[in-house]
Amino acid sequence: MPEVCGIELEHPIVNASGTYDAIAAYEVFGEELIEDFPFSAFVSKTITPEPRAGNEPQRIWETPAGMINSIGLPNKGLEGFLAEDLPELAKLPVPLIVSVMATNKEDFARMVSAVAGRDEVAAIELNVSCPNVHSGLIVGENPDETEALLEALRPLTEKPLIVKLTPNVANPEAVAVAAEEGGADAVSLINTLKASAIDPVTREPALAAGHGGLSGPAVKPIALQQLRAVRAAVEIPLIGMGGVSSGADAAEFLIAGASLVAVGTENFRDPRAGSRVANELETVMSEAPPRLAVLDLD
Amino acid sequence: MTAPFGRRLCEVAENQVSGGYRIFSLIDREGPAPEPGQFYMLASEKSWGEGGGRPFLPRAISVAETAPAKDGVRLDFLVEGVGPGTDRLCDLEAGENVWVAGPLGNSFSTPKQVNPGAAGAILVGGGIGIAPMAIWRRRLVEKGIPLRVLLGFRNEEHSGGLNELFCAGGALCPDVRLATEDGHAGHQGYVTDLLATMLAGDDATSAVVYSCGPPAMLEAVKAMCAEHELACELAMESPMACGFGACFGCAVPKPDGGYMRLCVDGPIVRGDAVLEVAHA
Repeated sequence: MPEVCGIELEHPIVNASGTYDAIAAYEVFGEELIEDFPFSAFVSKTITPEPRAGNEPQRIWETPAGMINSIGLPNKGLEGFLAEDLPELAKLPVPLIVSVMATNKEDFARMVSAVAGRDEVAAIELNVSCPNVHSGLIVGENPDETEALLEALRPLTEKPLIVKLTPNVANPEAVAVAAEEGGADAVSLINTLKASAIDPVTREPALAAGHGGLSGPAVKPIALQQLRAVRAAVEIPLIGMGGVSSGADAAEFLIAGASLVAVGTENFRDPRAGSRVANELETVMSEAPPRLAVLDLD
Repeated sequence: MTAPFGRRLCEVAENQVSGGYRIFSLIDREGPAPEPGQFYMLASEKSWGEGGGRPFLPRAISVAETAPAKDGVRLDFLVEGVGPGTDRLCDLEAGENVWVAGPLGNSFSTPKQVNPGAAGAILVGGGIGIAPMAIWRRRLVEKGIPLRVLLGFRNEEHSGGLNELFCAGGALCPDVRLATEDGHAGHQGYVTDLLATMLAGDDATSAVVYSCGPPAMLEAVKAMCAEHELACELAMESPMACGFGACFGCAVPKPDGGYMRLCVDGPIVRGDAVLEVAHA
């Protein structure tokens, strides 16, 4: 049974933030969802200090072996989440990780304090793919911003703080090191890759926001390489994700050094993908590795 | 009623050409019978995502008809090949398997549920949007609710499904009227021309309008109903990756600001509950 940041989990498969709404899924699928919950921990959709409606449609676009999304973080805001969603999510049979985002340190601190103060919450994931309104820099693209944020948040809670890394940087390992030095307990990677598509019929950008984030199997090799680079740079546990759709995919991330693996876009194609990937992973990892072929080059 | 959790494989019983469209039938051995207006997320088991990586996501397809079958429920879907996903569904052969999740979403309300004073129903379908009108029409007939069905097509190439879904004894059902833009059948013009004529008459004052079709047609139906102070339910479509509330892709703007998720708050939406159809 994997244990990460002091949290014991049934298996190594969790969901990527923003790819599963357990409350809506319960309405659609009923008790079966709870009886056979696909993930060993549930990561909430990102919440922000104030409610957000999300972006204007069109929000999604299918691409080869993937999709681009620009959803825009629709959510009820901190108060709405704590009052309405958290009691519902607390009924899930697995530990709860809450993803939070803000555009300044003060709001981030207010959110971390409020969320960490709730017994239902096992850990907090920091979505740092947003600008700091004071500096204008995307926090997660800048090691100094990331370290400063962690130094501000670390004293507020003893609960695990997980930093979600963006892949849209030249050196994700530098940001990971900054997160570790700032006191993060783990990092999760990768978030989506900045991407665009043009609708050939309208000759306009396919997404109303102009661009979005690419996910799905198309991004898996990039995710694996970033995970390997970060693994070599930090000691803290890693939660790996990016295009995982099978147990074999998840095994690659574990072998590359992840402690947990998140399933994201595959949930859209298969509402039980988490359980399936976990079962397949067990089979893959229990099989003895093949004997290495001895190459005689002489 | 909830859907079975997850996706399941269903066998294709048949797939036939119907004009420019296709009608294929699946045998669902696990799910409950769908309610009129509900949809399924469909992806063929084979060759989905192969050869260029598309289609990748399942496709949301409204159910056109259902009937009890040996060991389960038969589900009929009307599709037109307009991209990699629908092209692949059109190519399905009997005996192949399809990944199915559903039935998903809400369903139509009876005229009296919408408006206690309502006495009848007007169904307006355009193009491939005639599909949910077929299953809803049959249910209304079974309930003995008076109705008129107005169906429109662009031209002969972009039409189909009439024989299988709206005919009895080899002839078009007597409650069905047609409009075609090229004039190959019925009134030459838009289906909304037929609706305008009906709404101008006295019979329509106590009807509820149900509609499914291209966004511009739905927008026109919504506006005409608002003008005549008639309630309408629209079966809408929106880009959708999951069908169960996870992806937040299928956002439809609400009149008071913000968005609904069409997969869980729809696909059947009251005309006055949506700001604009064409935007979705």
